[in-house]
Amino acid sequence: MLEVSGLQSGYKRSTVLQGVDLHLESGGVLGLLGRNGVGKSTLINTLMGLVTPSAGRVTLDGRDLTGKRPDVIARAGVALVPQGRRTWAPLTVTEHLDLAARRGKGKGPWDIARVIDLLPRLGERRKHEAGQLSGGEQQMLAIGRALLTNPRLVLMDEPSDGLAPAVVDLIGEAIGGMKAEGVTLLVVEQDLHLAFAVADEIAVMDKGRIVHRSPTMEFRRDSSVAHALLGVA
Amino acid sequence: MSAPARPTTPAATAPAGGSSAVPGSRRSRGRAPLRAVPALAVLVVLALVPYFVGPDETDILSRVLIFGLFAVSLDLLVGITGLPSLGHAAYFGVGAYTAGLVAEHWTPNAPVPVLVAAGAGAVAAVLTGWLVVRSDGVFFLMLTLAIGEITSQLALQLDDVTGGSDGLFGIPTFRIGGEPLRLEGYRYWYVLAVFVITFAAVWLISRSPFGLALRGIRDNEDRMRSLGYSPFRYKYVAYVLAGAFAGIAGGLFAQFNRIVNPSDAGFALSAITLLALVLGGAGSLWGPVIGMAVVVVVRDYYGPDLGGHGPLVLGIVFVIAVYVLPRGFAGLAGLGALRGRRRGAVSAHATDPDDPGSGAVPGTSSEERPA
Repeated sequence: MLEVSGLQSGYKRSTVLQGVDLHLESGGVLGLLGRNGVGKSTLINTLMGLVTPSAGRVTLDGRDLTGKRPDVIARAGVALVPQGRRTWAPLTVTEHLDLAARRGKGKGPWDIARVIDLLPRLGERRKHEAGQLSGGEQQMLAIGRALLTNPRLVLMDEPSDGLAPAVVDLIGEAIGGMKAEGVTLLVVEQDLHLAFAVADEIAVMDKGRIVHRSPTMEFRRDSSVAHALLGVA
Repeated sequence: MSAPARPTTPAATAPAGGSSAVPGSRRSRGRAPLRAVPALAVLVVLALVPYFVGPDETDILSRVLIFGLFAVSLDLLVGITGLPSLGHAAYFGVGAYTAGLVAEHWTPNAPVPVLVAAGAGAVAAVLTGWLVVRSDGVFFLMLTLAIGEITSQLALQLDDVTGGSDGLFGIPTFRIGGEPLRLEGYRYWYVLAVFVITFAAVWLISRSPFGLALRGIRDNEDRMRSLGYSPFRYKYVAYVLAGAFAGIAGGLFAQFNRIVNPSDAGFALSAITLLALVLGGAGSLWGPVIGMAVVVVVRDYYGPDLGGHGPLVLGIVFVIAVYVLPRGFAGLAGLGALRGRRRGAVSAHATDPDDPGSGAVPGTSSEERPA
């Protein structure tokens, strides 16, 4: 469903993505690994339109999204769960969900009731401001907010970042729940356990390119790749 | 592009709002009337004030309400939408001159001048906002500053219409049904009525789904884009509304003060109003009115006794406020609310077992399915 070819992008004076080629099948979960600074977040932000690409092409189900504005890309069916959650601290959980639901209503299976089914903690915290939530709850809120736009593709940037292991498991379950609903996911992750638990396939980025891709089972078996590209055993 | 999203919006907001009331209904049902009590009490006190104070004090209170209303219109931009305008007085000035001319040449009968002033403020904001709202950061500050100064310069230069540096003077005061409001108390009540209606309008806007989107844009524009919102439209509409409300305040001012000067569209007014927002707490709507009360009382009431040192006193008040009240007067009330909410959070924990999604979900889904 998502086709990326020769994508280059970056910031003022440095090109971070050096030509990314990526293909995502509908309904799959791809875990994207890589060391710090290899361009994982830049790739996510470029796909969302928050960073403008300098070359290459991005299409979603054949529709060209290259260099489009983030709101256009969002309406085309892409949602982002950003690194660090980026919830609106002064707004309540309900207000977050309402804001997102207004854009996604009727476009797919997700409504507020369903999101709370998937993330029950949000139901308990409805009246609370996002700034008062724990990191894990904020992450769930960011996930719920993304889902309510009824996206076909969800981009997640380090969902486990700064969370306790038990909470990471909850996030993993939520990702599983999204997958079960047929949402396609691209998950950038440093936590190998989470990545292995949720992803069908693992891709590895290095120096602004995707340099390796294999099914998760294979990747786990062959530790040489992980060792060479990630610096882990 | 947003065409398919549009028709769903009204239908989508209603049930979403309805569903939000479901889980907390036990609590909010008891609270909503309680919350209105302080507002009603303030309203009653404000309405009765002229019986207890002299005409000079009533005059000052009218000014507090007029400039307070202007502060509310600026708060819609600064506190709700996150657009720190340095030239909002331009729309106050446009409204004031418009109402002055309408009252002089057409009719001083309420509410015609104020309504035309609202329209003029909106039109001015439609013309300028198109450009201004596309900019941000320093460019936004500079553009709004320029708009304020240009407006004030235009008022100075177009002396055939505006009376130049003498300003418009001898503007007829408010009339209701052909009867001029001669008593200070009547004038005050008219100002109060317009203030209450306009304040309620701004409050409803800030509480509406549209206002929620504005607050989302204020806190993180990129996140709103990522949800499929186009921030420009929202900011532009907010800018135009703020212009209209500023025009209403200006329109009141023209007929109240009976003189309008080019300086009424200038930077000084924008600056003291921003000061009022800082004092009162931007984003709360009522806080800036209190902030403006401090500013107006110091400047206009005690100012003459201070031998021209009013601005100095205001400066000192400002410095103290920044240190002592980082979120203004509204922050003080916010502390109380936070304490209340903590208590609420504790009780929510206590009832955890019967409270979670399980209880809320059936009610929510039954509400949402019809849409």
